[in-house]
Amino acid sequence: MSTVTHVRYELLRTIRNRRMLAFSLGLPLVLFYAVGSAQRHAHTDGIAFPLYFMVGMAVYGALFAAVGPGARIALDRSRGWTRQLRITPLSVRVTFLGRVLTAYIVALPSLIVLYLAGASLGVHLSVGQYLELTGWLLVGLAPIVLIGIILGHLLTSDALAPAVGGVVVFFALFGGAWGRFFNGGVMSTLVKLLPSYWMVDAGHDAVHGGGWPAEAWIVIAAWIVVLVPLAALVYRRDTRRV
Amino acid sequence: MAPIDISAGGIVLSRLSKSYGAVHAVRSIDLTIAAGETVALLGPNGAGKSTTLDMMLGLTRPDGGRAQVFGLTPSAAVSAGAIGAMLQTGSPLDFLKVREVVASVASYYPRALAVDDVLEMTGLVEVADRWASKLSGGQIQRVRFAAAVVGDPDLLVLDEPTAGLDVEGRREFWQAMRAVAMQGKTVVFATHYLEEADAFADRIVLLARGQIVADGPVTEIRARAGSRTIRATLPVVDVASLEALEGVLSTERHGDAVVLACSDADRAVRALLAGFPEVRDLEVRRGSLEDAFLELTADDKVNTRLEEALR
Repeated sequence: MSTVTHVRYELLRTIRNRRMLAFSLGLPLVLFYAVGSAQRHAHTDGIAFPLYFMVGMAVYGALFAAVGPGARIALDRSRGWTRQLRITPLSVRVTFLGRVLTAYIVALPSLIVLYLAGASLGVHLSVGQYLELTGWLLVGLAPIVLIGIILGHLLTSDALAPAVGGVVVFFALFGGAWGRFFNGGVMSTLVKLLPSYWMVDAGHDAVHGGGWPAEAWIVIAAWIVVLVPLAALVYRRDTRRV
Repeated sequence: MAPIDISAGGIVLSRLSKSYGAVHAVRSIDLTIAAGETVALLGPNGAGKSTTLDMMLGLTRPDGGRAQVFGLTPSAAVSAGAIGAMLQTGSPLDFLKVREVVASVASYYPRALAVDDVLEMTGLVEVADRWASKLSGGQIQRVRFAAAVVGDPDLLVLDEPTAGLDVEGRREFWQAMRAVAMQGKTVVFATHYLEEADAFADRIVLLARGQIVADGPVTEIRARAGSRTIRATLPVVDVASLEALEGVLSTERHGDAVVLACSDADRAVRALLAGFPEVRDLEVRRGSLEDAFLELTADDKVNTRLEEALR
């Protein structure tokens, strides 16, 4: 009961924050049409450009949604409301769950809006392919949600906005949301260590079948394995101090 | 979750200590509060009131000693929904309306009060549909108060609930506090306003420099403060012999001066003049609650230096 209510209010707070939605929904959509319509018939990375860029911009928008909880954490802390919640029976688990679920629920429309935009520029995937693509994108998003939560506990709300902005641009750019810039060399190997690389790659994988490469699963699992204890550590450190 | 057994003892703080660097915020406090009591922690800024409350709530880990709430650790009592608290900071979140803030907090408690009733009692009905983050200071304080009581907690902790409010705001706050059904509840509040402690608490615990300097029913503290003191110059005489005088409670010597705390100053003055005709500079003062407070909480070193300077 309290979990549902908690998530509902977390979600309300997120949806009412129009500035945040402008970034997670509006900006990727505008970029998609601005670049995508001119490149309608081009190809990149072995697939049609609109498909590639649709996935790229969906990833970009979803990244913004994923760091949202971190921004709220920093704000709640700066307002002292975190302490207020700590003297209620609301458990750490429900709090954490609320943040992760909100990030995902807000990320979904970013994907759907871009799928629709993609379709308007001729992207055509089967329902199965869309579902597969969505599943992979959501899995790949987990490390970014964790990074947002960690930053939310580490930084003040002033410092957080530029920090999460930087995180989103970093993961989007090197993940290839705007295209693959590295052909061979160290960088092209390094970028494969980013979860966002494999999220962008998911478009390619959905079309060509054969599933997501093992590498993708390993990279994302590794990020999660490192980030979960780090998030727990930062949470404990933060709550002890305030 | 099973309701808490509040008969398992009220609040027990034993040898509770906390330091921040070189600052000893709380020094080995022992305090037992029975279930159902309303207790004021009274003291000047920096007396250790907030730190004591934070440890009672499990927000701050003590360096030494322990805090128990209804026989549980503070965090277990919090998890059981036995505690509601109004802290000094904590402005409500963005993008939520007043009603939603109160309802969200209510949803965390196993047996919360009806949200509408709480809005009514705390005077928030008119602003229930306004953004909680855009209220005035006094209104935000009431939202925090509503958040503290909506869970129908067995222990209500209020840390300087009227700080920053004007006289009218303070009066309104305590009115709301009375409106909230508090029968059988344990209430602990920190304040540096004497009149609040006096008007609302059954018992006053006076804190200074991280220690309890007085603890008793309001009437007792009042009696102690309401007594008169005689100050006079009377060298040589043994103060112990003054203590035997009629109407005198206790005596102190400060150089040539003696200070007599009296239960009956009139009789004491007569006895003093009769027994010690050489007495000079006689001065009778009525000790106010304010004086008792200042005296009990003042820094000893400062007092000594003042007395030396006055001599």
